[in-house]
Amino acid sequence: MITEYKNIKEVVGPIMLVSNVAGAGYNEIVEIKQADGNIRYGKVLEIRGNDAVVQLFESAQELKIATSKVRFLGKPMQVGVSKEMLGRVFDGMGRVKDGDADIIPDKYLDINGSPINPVARDYPNQFIQTGISSIDGLNTLVRGQKLPIFSMNGLPHTELVAQIVRQAKVLGDNEQFAVVFVAMGITHEQADYFLKDFSSNGAIERTVCVLNLASEPSIERISAPHVGLSIAEYLAYECDMQVLVVLTDMTNYAEALREVSSARKEIPARRGYPGYLYTDFAGIYERAGRIAGKKGSITQIPILTMPDDDKTHPVPDLTGYITEGQIMLARDLYKKGIMPPIDVLSSLSRLKDKGIGEGKTAEFHSSLANQLFACYARGKEAKDLAMILGENAISPADKIYASFAENFEQEFISQGERENRSIFDTFDIGWRLLKIFPRGELKRLKSKYIDEYLKGE
Amino acid sequence: MRGRIVRVSGPLVVADGMREVRLFDVVNVGPKALIGEVIELRGDKASIEVYENTDGLRVGDSVETLNMPLFVELGPGLMSNVFDGIGRSLLSIYEHSGDRIGTGLDTIRLDHKKLWHFTPTVEVGANVAEGDILGTVQETSAMLHRILVPVGVEGVVETIEEGDFNIDQPIAVIKTSNGKEKVCMHTKWPVRVPRPKVAKLSIDEPLITGQRIIDTLFPIARGGVAAVPGPFGSGKTVVQHQLAKWSAAEVVVYIGCGERGNEMTDVLREFPELVDPKTGKGLMERTILVANTSDMPVAAREASIYTGITIAEYYRDMGYNVVIMADSTSRWAEALREMSGRLEEMPGEEGYPAYLGSRLAGFYERAGKVQTLGSEPRVGSVTAVGAISPQGGDLSEPVSQATLRIVKVFWGLSASLAHKRHFPAIDWLISYSGYNGKMDNFYKTNVSYEFPKYKSYIMRMLQEEAELNEVVQLVGFDVLSDKDKITLDIAQVIREDYLQQNAFDEVDTYSSIEKQNKMLRVLYTYATLASQAVENGISYEKIIDIGSRAKIARMKYTLETELDELDSLESAVKADFAILENKEGI
Repeated sequence: MITEYKNIKEVVGPIMLVSNVAGAGYNEIVEIKQADGNIRYGKVLEIRGNDAVVQLFESAQELKIATSKVRFLGKPMQVGVSKEMLGRVFDGMGRVKDGDADIIPDKYLDINGSPINPVARDYPNQFIQTGISSIDGLNTLVRGQKLPIFSMNGLPHTELVAQIVRQAKVLGDNEQFAVVFVAMGITHEQADYFLKDFSSNGAIERTVCVLNLASEPSIERISAPHVGLSIAEYLAYECDMQVLVVLTDMTNYAEALREVSSARKEIPARRGYPGYLYTDFAGIYERAGRIAGKKGSITQIPILTMPDDDKTHPVPDLTGYITEGQIMLARDLYKKGIMPPIDVLSSLSRLKDKGIGEGKTAEFHSSLANQLFACYARGKEAKDLAMILGENAISPADKIYASFAENFEQEFISQGERENRSIFDTFDIGWRLLKIFPRGELKRLKSKYIDEYLKGE
Repeated sequence: MRGRIVRVSGPLVVADGMREVRLFDVVNVGPKALIGEVIELRGDKASIEVYENTDGLRVGDSVETLNMPLFVELGPGLMSNVFDGIGRSLLSIYEHSGDRIGTGLDTIRLDHKKLWHFTPTVEVGANVAEGDILGTVQETSAMLHRILVPVGVEGVVETIEEGDFNIDQPIAVIKTSNGKEKVCMHTKWPVRVPRPKVAKLSIDEPLITGQRIIDTLFPIARGGVAAVPGPFGSGKTVVQHQLAKWSAAEVVVYIGCGERGNEMTDVLREFPELVDPKTGKGLMERTILVANTSDMPVAAREASIYTGITIAEYYRDMGYNVVIMADSTSRWAEALREMSGRLEEMPGEEGYPAYLGSRLAGFYERAGKVQTLGSEPRVGSVTAVGAISPQGGDLSEPVSQATLRIVKVFWGLSASLAHKRHFPAIDWLISYSGYNGKMDNFYKTNVSYEFPKYKSYIMRMLQEEAELNEVVQLVGFDVLSDKDKITLDIAQVIREDYLQQNAFDEVDTYSSIEKQNKMLRVLYTYATLASQAVENGISYEKIIDIGSRAKIARMKYTLETELDELDSLESAVKADFAILENKEGI
C-alpha cells in the first residue's frame, strides 16, 4: 500500500525535504499532488533517517507546501515506450506534448538504463556516410559511436546536424533507421528549424522528439536525455532499428545539474560543477553502442556549445574524455565563409580506423587521410609563418604547403548545405588536391598509391 | 550480526547496530545483498561504500557483515578472463545474466567447477616453505601457472599427486608444526594488503616495449613506474594498448578504470587475434582485464586498481614479469573524491581529499622488482603504467602533480603533436625517464655499445631544433646558415622517420630493439655525413636531394625478418655521400 505524506518541510530551488517518511527507497520516483489536483514528479536523492531529500523534475512554481501531498511510488522513474512514438513529440518526462492522443506503451523502461557488460558489447565498425567530406574522409563516423559536436555560440551547428540527419546512411544497406531528437534548453527557433527540416524531407516520420525548450524550467532538462535514450534503446534493441540520437545542448544539461548540486550544498569541483559530472555524463554517453547478437545500434551525436569558446571548460573537457572523438567547429573558418566550418585538425574520430579500409571504404583511406592531415597541418603553419614574415620569406616547399592549405579549406572542407558527397567524391577531391606536391613530400602514402592515384602529374 | 540502514546517499550507505564490525570488512547490504565495504566507524554507525547500484535501498533494510575484508580469488582461471572492479568475472556474469550488469548477483569469481591438470614438481617427503613451488598447471598456452605453498605454511609434503582437479580440491597435504594443511589451487587475498616478498631489488634492466620513442629516449625499467598524462584525443589509450600488446612481459594486467566500454571491447575482440612476437602465442593468452567502465558503479572504480595490482603481485610471486596498466588513474581519483564528498570530509585541492597523494603512492609502491618468497629465490617484477586524464590538459591539477612526485618516467602527451597526427604524441621536450642512466649499461652490453651515444645524439638534435625553430619564427628559414638548415633537416628525419610510429600499421606497430638499433645507426650515419658535407661546403639543397634519403623515410616498414636491408641502407647512404663529395671535388 502506498502512503501519502503531508510533511513537506522545505522547498529550496529544485530540492524538497519531506520529513517523517517511513521506508522511502533511494532513487525512487515521488509524486507531489497539490490540492487542485496538479501532479508533479521528483526522485529521492538521499534518505537520512526519516527524512527524504527529493529532487523535483519540474518547476516548483506555485507549489504550496502546506496542502501538497507526497507519495513514494516504490519504483524508479520509468518511461512507457512503443514504436508508435515515432513521429511524435514528448516533453522531458516522456509525456505527450503535441496534443495528440496518448500512446499505448508496449513496455515501461527505467530511464536510467543499466550498465552494459563490456563483454556483451560489439565493436562499432560500420562506416556511416554523412555526405560531408571533412567527416567521412578525415573523422569518420561509425555506427554505434558517440561523436559530439563541439560548437561555439553563433556557429551553425544546427545546420550541420540537420544535414547529417538528412544524409546519413550506411553504404549498401537498407535497414530501418530512426532518429531520437532530444532538445535541452534550446530556443524555440532552433527547435523549430530542426522540426521543419525533418518534416520537409519526411524524416519526421521516423523521428521521436523529446523537447525541453529554453522557456521551460531548467530542471526539467535533467530527465530529457535519459528518457530519449530509453526510447532509443527500445527502438534499437527490441525493434532492430539503427537509431541516431541527437542531444542538444549538453551545456544546458550540465547547468541544470549544477543548479541541483548547488541547491544541495555539495562541494563543487571545477567551476561550480559537481564532482560527479563525469560519472553523470558517462551515464548518458555510454548508452551509445552495439550489443552482440542484436541487430540495432545507437549512434549518438551530442552537441555542446563551449562557453567562451573554451575547450578546457568542464563540459567539453569531460565530454571529450568519454566520447569517441569530437567534431570541432572553428570560428575563423566560419568567418571566412567556409561551411561547414569544421576544424579538422582538432577534430577526431577514435573509431575511424575500425570503420574504414578495404571492403568498407577503400584500402588507401587511412593513408590518404593521414597524408591530408599532415599536409594541412604543415600548410597552416606555413600560412602563419607567411603572415609574420611575408609570403616571400618562406621556403619554396612551405609556399606549396600554404597554397595546399588554402585549396583544402575551399574545396575539401567547404561544401554546400545541400551537397551530399559520396565517400568516393571525397577521395577524388583529396587526391586531386595532393597532386600539387612533389612525390618526395608525400611520406604517409605507400608508393603503390602514389603510382596509382597521382600519376601523370 | 545485523545492522540497519539509517542513511542512503548514492553509493554511500550508513547503518547502525554495527559495533562488532571491523573496518574494511565486506558487508551485504539490503534485500538484494549488494556488496559493500566498511570505510568508517563512528560509535555503532558504519559508513559503507556500496559497489553496486543502490537504487531502491530503504532506511531499515538490513546490513550483514561477512567478517572478512574485500578479497580476490587467485588461482588458475585468472588468465584471459575479464573482471569487474571487485573481482567478479564479467564473462561469467554475461553467461549468467546477459547484456546488462544487474545487482545482487551471486558472487561469481573464478570457475570452481573447471578441472585443471596439475603436475607436481616436488615429491612426497620434501621440506617446503611458504612461496615454494608445489607444481604447475598449464593455464593457457602461454602461461604455466605455478602453484605455490600458501603464505604462512611450512612443513613436509605428506601427499601430492598428479591429476585433474578443480580449484577447491586439495592437491597436496603438508604436515606443519600445527597439524596438517590441505593445499588447493586457489587462495584468497585481501586487495588492500600488498602480498609479501623477501626484498625489493634494485632496478637495472629496461622493459622493452617495441615503441621506438619509449625504448630509445624514455625507457621504463622492469619493476618501474611510469605516468602517461595527456588531454583527450592525444592518444593515451593507444599508448596503453601498445604497451599491453608489445611489452616484453609474461603477464599483462589491464585495468580499464572509468573509461569507455568500447575500449574494453576493443581489447577483448582484438587481442585474441594478435600474436606475441616472442612466444608466438595469442596476446590474450597472457592478458587479464579488470573493467570498471564509466557507466558501471563509481564506488567499484576505487577498488578496481587494488584488484588489478593484487592479481599482478600474484603472478609476480610465481617469478614472472608483469606489466600493469591503469587507464585512467584520474577516474580513480574522482571516485575517491566523490566518496570523500559524500562522507563530508574537508576537501583539499579542487575538492580532492587530502589523502589523495598518499593513496596514489601506496598504489605505485606496490610495483617493483622483487625477490619472492620461497626457499629457492626467484625474481619477479611488477611494472606499473598509469594514464592520467588532466582536466583541460593542465598538468598543474592535483592528480598529475601527486603522481609526478612518485613516478620515475613521464611520457607527456601533447595535443599539438596529436593535431599534426604525430603519434605516439609523446612530447620529447617535456618527457623524461629517471632510469636513463641506469639502463645505459644494459643497452651497451645487450644491444650495442653505440646505443647510448645515438640516443644522446638525437636528444641533442631535437633540443637544437626547438631552439632553431624560435629563430625561424622570427626571421624565416631562408636566412639560416646551411649548417642550421641541415640540423633542422636531421631533426625532421628523426621526428618523422624514427619517432613517429603507426600503431595501426602491421609492421610499424612493433620495432624490436635490434631494429631500433639498426635504424638509429642509419640515422646517425646520415646525420654525421650530412653535417660533414655541410662543413665541406656542399650546399643544403644538394644534400637533401640524395637518393637514399627517401629510403630512410620508409625504413620503419622494414620487416623484422629482413633487418639486413637496414645494413644495406647504411651502405647506400655512405655511397651516396661519397658520390656527392666526388662530384663536388672534395
